[in-house]
Amino acid sequence: MSFEIQKLADLARLELKPEEKAKLEKDLAAILSYVDELRKLNTAAVEPTSHVLNMENVFREDQVRESGVRDKTLKHAPQTEGTLFKVPKTVDKES
Amino acid sequence: MAADYSKLSLKEAVAAAREAGPDAILQSVAERSARLNPKLNALLRFDAKRVSAGSGAGVLGGVPIAVKDNICVDGWETTCASKILQGHVPPYDATVIEKIKAAGGVIFGQANMDEFAFGSSSETSAWGPVRNPWDLERVPGGSSGGSAAAVAADMAFAALGSDTGGSIRQPAAFCGVVGLKPTYGRISRYGLIAFGSSFDQIGPITKTVEDSALLMNVLAGHDPKDSTSAPQAVPDYTRALVGNVKGLKVGVPEDFFAAGLDPEIEKSVRTSIKLLENAGAQIVPVALPHAKYSVAVYYIVAVAEASSNLGRFDGVRFGRRVQGADLIEMYKKTRSDGFGAEAKRRILLGTFVLSAGYYDAYYLQGQKVRTLIRQDFSTAFEKADLILSPTTPTPPFKIGEKLTDPLAMYLSDIFTIPANLAGVPALSVPCGFTASGLPIGVQLMGRPFEESVILRAAHTIEQTLNLRARKPMLEGAAV
Repeated sequence: MSFEIQKLADLARLELKPEEKAKLEKDLAAILSYVDELRKLNTAAVEPTSHVLNMENVFREDQVRESGVRDKTLKHAPQTEGTLFKVPKTVDKES
Repeated sequence: MAADYSKLSLKEAVAAAREAGPDAILQSVAERSARLNPKLNALLRFDAKRVSAGSGAGVLGGVPIAVKDNICVDGWETTCASKILQGHVPPYDATVIEKIKAAGGVIFGQANMDEFAFGSSSETSAWGPVRNPWDLERVPGGSSGGSAAAVAADMAFAALGSDTGGSIRQPAAFCGVVGLKPTYGRISRYGLIAFGSSFDQIGPITKTVEDSALLMNVLAGHDPKDSTSAPQAVPDYTRALVGNVKGLKVGVPEDFFAAGLDPEIEKSVRTSIKLLENAGAQIVPVALPHAKYSVAVYYIVAVAEASSNLGRFDGVRFGRRVQGADLIEMYKKTRSDGFGAEAKRRILLGTFVLSAGYYDAYYLQGQKVRTLIRQDFSTAFEKADLILSPTTPTPPFKIGEKLTDPLAMYLSDIFTIPANLAGVPALSVPCGFTASGLPIGVQLMGRPFEESVILRAAHTIEQTLNLRARKPMLEGAAV
């Protein structure tokens, strides 16, 4: 087990303060060393569980309906323009 | 002075609302909440003026119910006790909220909790810790600690919680109330802000077993808006409360009584076993040999799901945004400022176990051991109709005691996590008190969709022990 805290933070879109980083690094190492006990178990012949009810492919008819929530949703959004969510510019003219 | 109805059970309050009118019932809990919430911090938001007591019609006829702050209420700020969702006002009701309203219930307070339900003590809330009504220096459990404390302190007749690894049952045990986590899929999760999607279940926290059954009748059932909800027919749960356990096979896993279990809890739980035996139940030994791996499996699989579910909180569509020079910086600043320490810990851990090169060793292995734990339950349920264990290894701990040691906090859920891994229903019912007056709970786990069986046994324990008259000392005297 080895992890690089800065890389994980980048993947998770988190900015960590130096003191946070040290504490989290220590906590993660302790938790990962605890969960390492699972490696002792031989599970070569065991199927993984992703859903306890063994349901799969729950389908329904695709029907068009009004949800009626657009205005309420936009009213409480952090930043909007017209009927759109507004975010900082993501694409440069050049590219 | 107006009559005080706050001590009534949900069922009694429905009857009282018919007599005295629903307004009088609502005013009783509103007045009591205003008085006690500054001590307990159990409710994040409550205001009798913003709700109508309604007509008093329906099975919940005008009676106020508190909901955990991770369940969406149309038009009300809903935050998961996290700064990142400050100002988040859902544009719709969760299905459980619709159902309560349709049954005549009144959504009253929104209950404090661990941030995003990450915790076992309700200390990680961005709005401060909840306090245990039985001892204000101790935690109420978590993550549904506000819901359990509100019900224990008679600030609500019942409350909704959610349970991913014990978050209904552990606080119910710590606060001396009844908490039921139904079978995975039994209650719709539409409108529950997701934590661990293969585990999360909504369930009732109540003063009595009968109230739990009453609320289950309202809440359970298939919902086309939740594709993981189960299609099985819903029984009348109140019919399970027959007042006897004759012939019921009660499985006892001796491993759960091993080292680390508080001796007062062991004594109290063994008294419940004896009580059921005296009432005609048959006690059978069962083994759950892989249950000891539950906490490890949970802190791989549940954090993986959590890190993925929390990806949606990025400051774009709801909640708070911290501006940045570009989109990525805006995401990072919003998330770093908005999430608390435990949320960051779980996001990073989940990101790690899902990352390239580690997926097989951690996440996949976790899912496989989960299968072994499910198989243990299947085998045990061939011999037993239900499995009985302590709900928690210790009584409520002191505020701050485990906050800096995540692993110690995680291990406080060691008896409750197995039921989530297997997806089976489980409840905690009060079974006694420690010498210092702290509540103790006993856990009953059932076969999938056999909530009725565990309610039936819990009802016998409750009726025999008759502990409900004992109330926390909240104002110098038992009030």
